[in-house]
Amino acid sequence: MSGAAGATPRAGRVFGLHLAVIALLLGLQFLLPPFHHGMVARIMILATYAIGYNLLLGYTGLMSLGHAMFFSAGMYATGLAVYYRGVGTVEGLVLGLAAAILLAVIIGLITLRTTGVAFLIVTMMFAQVFFLTTLYFNAITGGDQGLVLSGRVPPLRFGNWEVALTHPAVKYNLALAVLTVCLLLTLWVTRSPAGRVLIAIRENADRTRMLGYNVFNYKLLALVLSGAVSGLAGSVWTLLFSYVGSSYAGILYSIYPLLWTLLGGAGTVLGPLVGTGLMTYIVDLTSGLTDSYLLVVGAALILCIMWLPTGVMGGVRRRWWSWLP
Amino acid sequence: MSLEGQLFLALLEGAVSGLVLALMALGLSLVFGVMRIVNVAHGEFYMLGAVLAWYLATTANFLVALVAAPLIVGGVALASDRLVLRPIKYAPEATIVATIGLLYIFQQLVLSIYGPYARSIAPPVYFRVDLPWFGYSGYKIIVAGLAALLLAATWLLVTRTRLGLYMRATQQDREIAQAFGVPVERIYAAAFALGAVLAALAGVLVLPIQQAHYLMGLDPLLLSFMVVIIGGLGSLKGTLAAAILIGLVDGLVSVFFTPTLARIVASILVAMVLVLRTEGLYGEGAG
Repeated sequence: MSGAAGATPRAGRVFGLHLAVIALLLGLQFLLPPFHHGMVARIMILATYAIGYNLLLGYTGLMSLGHAMFFSAGMYATGLAVYYRGVGTVEGLVLGLAAAILLAVIIGLITLRTTGVAFLIVTMMFAQVFFLTTLYFNAITGGDQGLVLSGRVPPLRFGNWEVALTHPAVKYNLALAVLTVCLLLTLWVTRSPAGRVLIAIRENADRTRMLGYNVFNYKLLALVLSGAVSGLAGSVWTLLFSYVGSSYAGILYSIYPLLWTLLGGAGTVLGPLVGTGLMTYIVDLTSGLTDSYLLVVGAALILCIMWLPTGVMGGVRRRWWSWLP
Repeated sequence: MSLEGQLFLALLEGAVSGLVLALMALGLSLVFGVMRIVNVAHGEFYMLGAVLAWYLATTANFLVALVAAPLIVGGVALASDRLVLRPIKYAPEATIVATIGLLYIFQQLVLSIYGPYARSIAPPVYFRVDLPWFGYSGYKIIVAGLAALLLAATWLLVTRTRLGLYMRATQQDREIAQAFGVPVERIYAAAFALGAVLAALAGVLVLPIQQAHYLMGLDPLLLSFMVVIIGGLGSLKGTLAAAILIGLVDGLVSVFFTPTLARIVASILVAMVLVLRTEGLYGEGAG
């Protein structure tokens, strides 16, 4: 549903809004104090992860509880290659992306035979397998302790031109670039014929099948896109923050993108960004009051599901901007 | 110790943990079957049972803990059902999200009140059972016996009482049951509370063997999921058989392999069972 019934979504307005958001983020870096500068950079990468999650939940209607495996597949592929082989930044990114895509294809072929709650449990189980595997091979992965890549991450090279990834401005703009690409990808999904089939599957899988579409293949496409974006986010996270560890493969990191997406609004292009930003700042503000920040996460999950079922941007769409994709 | 001694120990430990696991998984299975929801917070009811039992056993005694802790947890479950699950109308995916929320709330409340400690109590009765290879804790045998008794009692409750009849009717067809005057909403609340009580009982029983800790619920939750998936959702006999099987296999495998590898293999197997079962999640009827 990329607009209210009857209203043709206006391309100009839609692109204008999203470009404005990106321009806002671009400009914000010159105004923010250092602490918030770093925080927004982190939010942008985590929001990219949530955008990947939203591709599956919001536009195909499949709720996964195992996306940490895609996020951390990107993370480990990049991190291990940099740590042990000293590969370059671009090669590291490509490896991370490839690992996430490969994993998504395999997991998709197996798990997409299930739907609904069974899909949820099966993805959770496979993510648990991935998590335990990172612990099992702790001689290589560092297990719980993880690996610190400080000083090992190579600079980004374009010909003779080099940029070190350690500089805050570089981190911020690289995160913004990745976020922009993935936002535009989601926009494309909402407007392309393939994306419309995905939305049709979300609304009614049986009817879509009856219309002659191969529902399984489209779901697989959605899962691979979703896994790829999640893996890209993990890969970039490792390069920018120089760390890989099994905590990022744990169940909490499968729940986070679900929470961020629900809070921001599943099935809206900007929802994951809004949700990630809100939740990160809520946790940051309340961490002064209580050590148990997960209490806030738990309460937010329940409040979202009870009183904000369409999320912030879903509410905006219902009240004011019916054209919001 | 000789190999047969080791094997026998593994079997014994497996049987004890299998029976306790059966108690906990039966609670999950009841909730699954009757309400058609996945309660992710089930492990936290187990944890709450153990932590409350620690408070009660150290201030009063173990018998008080065994009775009062599960009742308090049942009350917590009733409140959760009323305040959270009923308002979202038990929608399957929304319920999972909401119970994940409950999981973190319970966990973090225990962390801030009880603290990050892992604390145990001395077994209420202490005697040794002498076997040819080793002496075995008598309390563990009692735990196994009590778990078996509680399982039997639950089975009688479900098959021989009016409440059980209502539960089975609701499980088979909610709407028809309602048309025949079954108070479905109250049955939902009762099933949810009963499931929590069973988990809490398991938590109390293991307290003298293990330690009460705010994160102790996660592993039993995953094991219960495995049991319920293999045993068939809502099937009591299947649950019991699968729990004993998993308890025994877990006991045997962890003697010979590392626990992590055992968990990896088990998780893959269980996931594949769920993927390949053609009739879907709710394959089996009441049993």
